[in-house]
Amino acid sequence: MRYSFFSKKLVAVIFLIAGFVSAQNQEGEEVETGAHDLKTQIKEYIDHHLLDSHDFNLYSYTTEEGEHKYFGFPLPVILWDNGLKVFLSSELEHGESVAEVDGNYYALYHNKIYKTDAEGTINFGGHHGEETHTEDAFGENLVVDDAHPTNEKPLDFSITKNVVFIMAVALLMFLVFRSMAKRYQKSTMPRGLGRFLEPLVLFVRDEIAIPNIGEHKYKRYMSYLLTVFFFVWVINLLGLTPLGVNVTNNIAVTFALAMITYLITTFTGNKNYWKHIFWMPGVPVPMKIILAPIELLGTFIKPFSLMIRLYANITAGHVVLMSIIGLMFIFKNWIGSPLSFLLAFALSLLELLVAALQAYIFTMLSALYFGMAVEEDHH
Amino acid sequence: MEKLIEEFSFGLFFWQLLLFVGLLLLLRKYAWKPILGAVEKREEGIKGALEAAEAAKKEMQNVTADSERLLQEARAERDTLLKEARDIKANIISEAKEQAQAEGDKMIKQAQATIESEKKAAVAEIKAQVANLSVEIAEKVIKQELSDKGKQQKLVEDMLGDIKLN
Repeated sequence: MRYSFFSKKLVAVIFLIAGFVSAQNQEGEEVETGAHDLKTQIKEYIDHHLLDSHDFNLYSYTTEEGEHKYFGFPLPVILWDNGLKVFLSSELEHGESVAEVDGNYYALYHNKIYKTDAEGTINFGGHHGEETHTEDAFGENLVVDDAHPTNEKPLDFSITKNVVFIMAVALLMFLVFRSMAKRYQKSTMPRGLGRFLEPLVLFVRDEIAIPNIGEHKYKRYMSYLLTVFFFVWVINLLGLTPLGVNVTNNIAVTFALAMITYLITTFTGNKNYWKHIFWMPGVPVPMKIILAPIELLGTFIKPFSLMIRLYANITAGHVVLMSIIGLMFIFKNWIGSPLSFLLAFALSLLELLVAALQAYIFTMLSALYFGMAVEEDHH
Repeated sequence: MEKLIEEFSFGLFFWQLLLFVGLLLLLRKYAWKPILGAVEKREEGIKGALEAAEAAKKEMQNVTADSERLLQEARAERDTLLKEARDIKANIISEAKEQAQAEGDKMIKQAQATIESEKKAAVAEIKAQVANLSVEIAEKVIKQELSDKGKQQKLVEDMLGDIKLN
């Protein structure tokens, strides 16, 4: 078992080296710059994929004339900039044009909307100690990648691709679970989809809520735990589909989820919970004083870790998966492509597990924190 | 970290919070409560049914034990009844025997007594008859004897002689 694993690894490494060597031998010097460009292109593509977008694009390509063609549909942009500004994202033309509303001009730069002048000028501040310079909003001749635009950023409440996806998942979940609930009115035996979903609901109740929160108090937390479990799972799974809308790799989304966990923990915490934070029983007084800020900080760190864990796992999974798929375009030979396909396939399977696992961990830890908040005094 | 803050989209946060809380409230009302309620009801039903089955089983065992006990009791009853009957029979027989014995004895005694009294009466009658006969005979004899003067004289003399002897 171990031997075969090592031998497989060895074969994989040999394939990798062979792929590199043959790629360099075949196409020589010229490819080196080309491969570099390709790598940058892949990196940009991955970065782009991980970002939210103001359009719902299924795919895009570049014509021979160098024109970008997009296949998808525009989404509404809602801005708060001294009043509500609403327009369709098609006016921004994927960052290639400036949208004009009520005498204000807006342009897209790196998937964020900035207020610009009529020409769409983006100003860059010397944030990294470089000299201030101006750049075309359309990203041509873009050299400085890390620089931050100094243009005013209006509050962006746009219905972005991710918001659309959240809405779709919410609607799907509501319809599915509503229909499941309706079937229970006729008979208490699960039917149809309920046969698959009921064990999951029971899993959340019997394996997550009851052991962590306790037999008597778990009921008030069930709605949140079930919703967050199915929401994170479904949205992670759908993020793996070719539609590829990543929602949980947005820190804003995981922040919102973790914040709800934090608020529920804080507002349902009983006397015992707060006593353990501010005046830890069973330790000497100086320790109590030292422990209080640590414990208080801990209440923030717990949901913070929830936020980072979900965000990082999903982001990392997607980056690795897409990088491996990207290898296919770098290798361009008969060894590298099947290898990267196999790796991508195996990793996709792993990501399916991660999708469920992260949902489980998020729910589990939330339940654990709730359990701490309502734990009774044992001393 | 800086990249994370840069990436943070307030709009997405706002929508996520709004949609998630909305979904949470809707699902709580229209899905989780009915589903969990139904599941709990069913679990309770199953629990109740199991308990009822257990109780019925116990009841059944009790009934079996009861009938067994009743049968046992009936058997014992029958046995005692039979025994009693046998005893009674024996008693009756022995009593009857005794009674018969006693009655027999009594009858025999009565018969004996009767016989005795009859005997006595008969003896008494015989005695009386004999006495009468003797008196008659004696009368006749005396009449005969005393028909002659000498004989009478002699008798008197004999009698006197006897008295003298005394």
